[in-house]
This record gives sequence, structure tokens and C-alpha cells, in this order.
Amino acid sequence: MRSGAYESVRTYRLIVGMWVRSTMAYRTSFVLTALGNLAATGLDFVTILLMFSHITVLGGFTLAQVAFLYGTTSTSFGIADLLLGSMDRLGRRIRDGTLDTLLLRPAPVLAQVAADRFALRRLGRITQGLAVLGWALAHAGIDWTPVRVLLVPLTVLCGAAIFCAVFVAGGAFQFWAGDASEVQNSVTYGGNTMLQYPPAIFARELVRGVTFVVPLAFVNWLPALRVLGEPDPLGLPGWVDFASPAVAALCCALAGLAWRAGLRSYRSTGS
Amino acid sequence: MRGGFYAAVAVRGFRRYATYRTATLAGVFTNTVFGFIIAYSYEALWGQRPHLGGYTEAQALTYVWIGQALLQTMALMAGGFEEELAERIRSGDIAVDLYRPADLQGWWLSADLGRACFHLLGRGVAPMVCGALVFELALPTNPVTWLLFLVSVTLGVVVSFAIRFLVALSSFWLLDGAGVSQVVFLAGLFFSGMLLPLTVFPGWLGVLARALPWSAMLQVPADVLLGRHEGTGALLALAFQAGWAAALLLTGRALQAVAARRVVVQGG
Repeated sequence: MRSGAYESVRTYRLIVGMWVRSTMAYRTSFVLTALGNLAATGLDFVTILLMFSHITVLGGFTLAQVAFLYGTTSTSFGIADLLLGSMDRLGRRIRDGTLDTLLLRPAPVLAQVAADRFALRRLGRITQGLAVLGWALAHAGIDWTPVRVLLVPLTVLCGAAIFCAVFVAGGAFQFWAGDASEVQNSVTYGGNTMLQYPPAIFARELVRGVTFVVPLAFVNWLPALRVLGEPDPLGLPGWVDFASPAVAALCCALAGLAWRAGLRSYRSTGS
Repeated sequence: MRGGFYAAVAVRGFRRYATYRTATLAGVFTNTVFGFIIAYSYEALWGQRPHLGGYTEAQALTYVWIGQALLQTMALMAGGFEEELAERIRSGDIAVDLYRPADLQGWWLSADLGRACFHLLGRGVAPMVCGALVFELALPTNPVTWLLFLVSVTLGVVVSFAIRFLVALSSFWLLDGAGVSQVVFLAGLFFSGMLLPLTVFPGWLGVLARALPWSAMLQVPADVLLGRHEGTGALLALAFQAGWAAALLLTGRALQAVAARRVVVQGG
């Protein structure tokens, strides 16, 4: 088991290294596409700024507090997108049969699929998320305690792990879904958009859904309520604000099982 | 005769996208989820500032679902013909296209109108119905308004096509058109009113955004359906769209003429 994990990481690192070298052969192109990625992901925040040009509080949150939500989820999502964002391409590989090539190689398939066409330009989203998060930390008027200081990086890392699990589960889903691969966008991109806004503006059932069914609320909502000292609209017990690591571990385990089940059910394209 | 030919191309364009039913269902699901997320944020915004941008809350929520219906119709997230045409230019297949006894722009415009028609019906209607079930929307009852809306959407698709045609033609000069298409895609998302209605944009930014061609893709059709343009106002709005459509189509023709003179097909 341990050697399996080691082998996966090694494979992933080798393939990623290859793609990074290939990207760096065209440096200007890399800089421009990374800036483009940064601008594209920044449009969401521009929307929030435009909203706040008319109001001072949204769903009980000030602009700096919303920026904290935005910064944490964007950074988490950016990390997951950088590490595993290429999983989208799995659907195409299944359709055209090129997944068979990966199965023949003596290396873990998940690592190969995840590292496929590794896009370094996705650093743009992380950079932009971190910039907003930095601004938010300075302006949100947070009453800093050691617990809160620790909770911020922990939130970002656990959030990234949860989004990674979603990407892997989405990849597993593509073994069965065929053309329906777009559905996973509603959880990944849709989830990321939703978590940029305060939970209080959404219908209760929806907040319950992303807490108990697809546990996206643990990406940033619940820990953020603790850091910002805001009340929980669902009134959950206080300890759930610290449950993100456990939830992230559970999500990753479930996603791993889903991936294995998906891979086992794979039948190559006919004809 | 010629009209019949282009109509046949449009029908094929419609059928080409209609083939993938599961993908369409998945798209409807995703549009609906995004519609809900945006609708809740608008509800919070208009709850605090009723009549922001001249919309009532019901009108603002209707705007969200019009946006989801037109997102794919106007190919705002890409996914239209432009990548295919750009690839044909890059590979040199365009030489064959220029030989054909069909007009290049007319051919792709017909195919894109067929695609847009399918996306409006296949991906636009269902999310709108879902939205209407949960939120109180301000949809018009007057059939004339709906008719004007359809004309406005058609003109919007032509404007969208004309811009993407220009983007594709840039491949004649640029080895990698990714940069141009990314900039145009961002501008389209921002200036069409997809993120927020352009009437909410502050000061000069709002004035600029409403004058640019992208507003013809979402802001103008939405305002027509919401009944904010009536009588001559509606005709003026349609004229604004038609003006941009004509100007951009003519620019595309001129650029195509320049490009066609430049084409050097790989020998062999």
C-alpha cells in the first residue's frame, strides 16, 4: 500500500515535470495564459465588487467578510484545479479509447489521468484567490486568537482536499456518465461560486444539502463562521467548525473507492 | 434556391447539436444549478435595494433565468463554430472551403443559427421552467412581447456570430489564436450583462457597456422580454442590435477578402 502511494506520487511528479518543461518552452505564452486565467477567475470578484457598490452588507456579511469567503474557496478550488483539473479530459479519453494506452503502462492510472496535460497557467486562479484572501484578512476586522490563526491555513488546505475528492469522484462518474460529464461542473464550478456568498442568502434546504449531502460547506462556510465570529444559519453545534479535516479525509476515501469502482467497470470502446 | 441551400445548412446545424441528448440534459441540469445560485444572490441584493437598475425583484430574477437560457444560445462560454473554423484555417483546409460554391460567412452563419435555435429550445426552456416553479418571475403575457424577444434573440445571435467569425479569422495572422479568443470571451462575459445586468453598472462603465456590441447578446433581449422597451423604444433597441450586426458582418467580409488574398496553401 505504501509503495503504491509512493509510486503514484512519483508517476504524477514525473508527468507533471514533463508538462511544466513543455510549457516553459514558450515562456511568453505561459505568462499571457496565466494572466488570462487570473483575469477570467477575477471576474467573479468584480461582480461582487459591483454588487457592493450599491450595498454595504450582503446576507449579514460586509465586503471584507465576503472577500474572506471568496479568497478561501478560490484558493482551495485553485489548488484542486491545478492538481487535478485535467480530470475533465477523462471523458474524452473514454470516448475515443485512448484510456487503454494509460491502462497498459506500468504506472497508477489515477496519477496518469490527473497529471495529463498539467496546466501550470492555473496558478493564475490561486494567485488571484490568495490576493483577495490577503486583502480580506487585513480588512475583515477579525478578532485574532491562536485558534483562528491556525484555522485559516487549515481551512484552505482542507477545502483543497475536499475539492480534490470532488474532482476524483467526478472522474469516476465519467466512467458511467458518457456525455453527461457536464453535470460535474455544477458541483465543482457551481460549488465554488456558491461558497463565495454568505450561507444566509441561500434557501435552508440548499445549505443543508451542501452540508450533509455534498459536504461543500466544510470547504469554507463553517470554519469561516468561526473565524469571522458570525452566527450559523443552520444552528449546528460549534465543533463542526473544526470538522473540516475529518470530512476532507472521509471525502477523499469515498472518492478513492468510487474511482476504483469506476475503473473496474471500464469497458473499452466497442467496434 | 440559394435560400433553400442555407436553410438546409441551418437544419443540419440544429440536428448536429440535437444528437447529443444526454449532454443536453446534463447542460440543462448545470444551467439550472447556476441559475439557482445566482438567483439567490440577486434575491439578497434586490431585497436590500428594491428597484436597483430599474428592475423589481421579480424582474431581476427573471433576468437571471433569461441569462441562463441565452448563455449557450449566444455561445458566451465558447463552444460554437469558431474553434472548428480556426482549426481549418490553421490546417489549410480553409482552401477547400474557399473553393466551394457557397459563401464562407453565409455557410457558417446558417450553421450557427441552427445551433443557436437548438440551444434556445433544448437548453433554454427547461431551466426557465424550473426557475418559474421556485421563484416569482415577471414573464410577459402579451404575445407581441414574446415575438419581439425572438427577433431580438435572433439579432443577438447574429452579433455573437459576427464577433466569433472575426476571432476565427484572426487565425490567418496568428499562429495561436488562444489569446484573442480568451480576451473576447472575457469581454463577452462581462459586457453582455451575464455577471450583473448592465443597468446596475455604475456611471460611465454602465454607459460604455450598454453601447458595446456585447449588450446585444443578453441585456437588450432581456430588456425586451421584461417590457422595458415598448413601442418605438423596442424598435430602437432592435435597430441598435441590427446596426451592430450589420457593421460586424461587413467587417468580417472585408477581413475575409484581405485574408483570402493572403492564403498560401501548403504545396504537395
